[in-house]
Amino acid sequence: MNLKRLFKPDTMAVVGVSLSNESNPANVVYNKNRLRYPIKVFAVNGKGGTIRGETVYRKLQDIPVKIDLVIIGTKAEIVPSIISDCIEADAGGAVIISGGFAETGSTDLQNYLVSIAKKSDFPFIGPNCLGIFAPGHMDTFFIPGERLVIPDRGKVAMVSQSGGILVDHMVKSAAEGVGVSLAVSIGNKAMIKELDMLRYFKDDPETDVITFYLEGFDEDEGRAFVVAASEIGKPVIVLKSGKTPGGITAVKSHTASIAGDYEVFSSIMAQYGVVEATDEFEMVAFAEALTCYQTTIEGRVAIITGSGGHGALATDTCYAHGLSVPVLSPSAQAELHSVVSPTIREISSFTNPIDLTGSAVDDDFMEVVRSVSRNDDIECIIVLLLPYLPHVTMDLGAKLSLLYQQEGKPIVAYVPHVDKYRMLVEGFMLNKIPVADSIEDAVHMVEAMRRYKSC
Amino acid sequence: MLRDNIRKIFHEAKERGWVMEPQAKGLLGLAGMDVPRFLFTADVAEAIRFADKIKYPVVAKVVSPDVIHKSDASGVVLGIPGAQRLGEIFAEMGKIRGFQGIIVEESLKGIELIVGMKMDKQFGPVILLGMGGTAVEIYKDVTLRMAPLREHDTESMMRCLIARPLLEGYRGSEGVNVNELKKMLLAFSSLVMEFEKEVESVDLNPVICNASRCVVADARIMLANS
Repeated sequence: MNLKRLFKPDTMAVVGVSLSNESNPANVVYNKNRLRYPIKVFAVNGKGGTIRGETVYRKLQDIPVKIDLVIIGTKAEIVPSIISDCIEADAGGAVIISGGFAETGSTDLQNYLVSIAKKSDFPFIGPNCLGIFAPGHMDTFFIPGERLVIPDRGKVAMVSQSGGILVDHMVKSAAEGVGVSLAVSIGNKAMIKELDMLRYFKDDPETDVITFYLEGFDEDEGRAFVVAASEIGKPVIVLKSGKTPGGITAVKSHTASIAGDYEVFSSIMAQYGVVEATDEFEMVAFAEALTCYQTTIEGRVAIITGSGGHGALATDTCYAHGLSVPVLSPSAQAELHSVVSPTIREISSFTNPIDLTGSAVDDDFMEVVRSVSRNDDIECIIVLLLPYLPHVTMDLGAKLSLLYQQEGKPIVAYVPHVDKYRMLVEGFMLNKIPVADSIEDAVHMVEAMRRYKSC
Repeated sequence: MLRDNIRKIFHEAKERGWVMEPQAKGLLGLAGMDVPRFLFTADVAEAIRFADKIKYPVVAKVVSPDVIHKSDASGVVLGIPGAQRLGEIFAEMGKIRGFQGIIVEESLKGIELIVGMKMDKQFGPVILLGMGGTAVEIYKDVTLRMAPLREHDTESMMRCLIARPLLEGYRGSEGVNVNELKKMLLAFSSLVMEFEKEVESVDLNPVICNASRCVVADARIMLANS
């Protein structure tokens, strides 16, 4: 199954565009792509006619150019015949927005649809989905553009069984400055499933990290998914719903009783190096961290701060998440002592967490980060930057980012995300250093790098 | 040939839905796992002769198609010191529903683990390692992996148990033979992969591990419905 024309189309046809009802989902998709994206869009309606001077074609085969992607927003009953039209017109793939299939009990209709598509190896997304959002290229979501929060173009691919959750993740990603390569709502995933998406993203140069919101796998699909995820060479993050058992079934063995569906899921994800996020905030933090750093660490962290309280809280949070904050060797501490300004030399604490006090200047942070970057006992640095410290400037973000480029040891920053400190935050983000807006989030970002969290 | 014998045991147990202990142990032995020296008999004199041979104290367990959880039915007695007591226990167990005989087996000392398997709808066969005994479901100190296990999976399973220090030897007590435990997990994993269609879930509980051996002291194999 070739998914290139489906996900990177030059031409699009929207089937089911209404001549009289502009709030029809098909019309929303037709209009937004015509007005906002560089893709060529054509309208299809069995009745034909025109819409705002543009031809409405009676059927796909009448369109004078070859269509890559077909959006189907008609009644469920006629979707199979439109899929046949797609195949006849040699379209590259389809997004079936229409509901009324397996989710409402019409499993036979859905199976029929799949059987037609499978015969011709014709890929489609859905049914019962929002489809595809490709920043700057196209958008099949039937949500008016002005209602969407659109994240920047970036390296994170998002796949979701639920359209609503996907849109919500886009909102959160936009807020955190996490850029998206492609967002796909797979709905009933009748034809294209998580596994197909993994295989597609493996070879997609625009994607570095893949996130999934999962409700459940079909029979044996979980096994194929984790094996594929462990082989694609890009970090995979999952967020699972349905963790609580639906009902109690009588089980005769201890193993079956203890190994509930979620325990099994969670253990196997860790076994195969798939990063499991426990909520949507973690998911976005993990995605942000793993787009910047794709290295795997065991979890030895240095914490550098100008506030002892922040250092202590961050240390506790690290240990609560199974990371360690090892005390630095006497020689490493002595070196830190020698590189900082004389004014803070005797009042700072160099054990780890490293507290440079409220009197530290930019250069103190720089020298300490440089020294710790070269310390083999440490795998990752959390810098807790409090812009209200009087001698810290707004340039420190960009400066520390540059230091990372030289030294190569991952840095995660915490800066309160308020407008006043925006320049400091951007100094990090524009230079590919992840910035958290809470201590907890910063620790999550480090945790993401420790991919194999089996216990 | 071995595989055929194993398949035969499954076939015979099909109607009951589970494999009784003597057959289960025979099957695990065929699959390369260590089981205690044991005898299944309905003859008290034979039971006593065997116990004399393997030396007291011995363990006695009821064998009955009506009893899946033997401990719950007073069907397990440990540390039997001599022939007279064994005779009495034989008589008592004779009253348990469906009595077919008893298993007499050697007493083993060591840490009690559970090794289990269940068929998961989404992931297929899944293997469990944990602290065993009758309180498994209370402490729930267990770890799960998708089968087949790779060698590094067996290592991370041991590392993940809260009771890991006990396995390594804690405060003067001896730890378990890690290589034997690994070997046993890998043998179990191969067995599970080969017969995934036949089996619904397995409890090897307890698996008694000490510095020299890892022995499956009891086994419950539940068969798939189909």
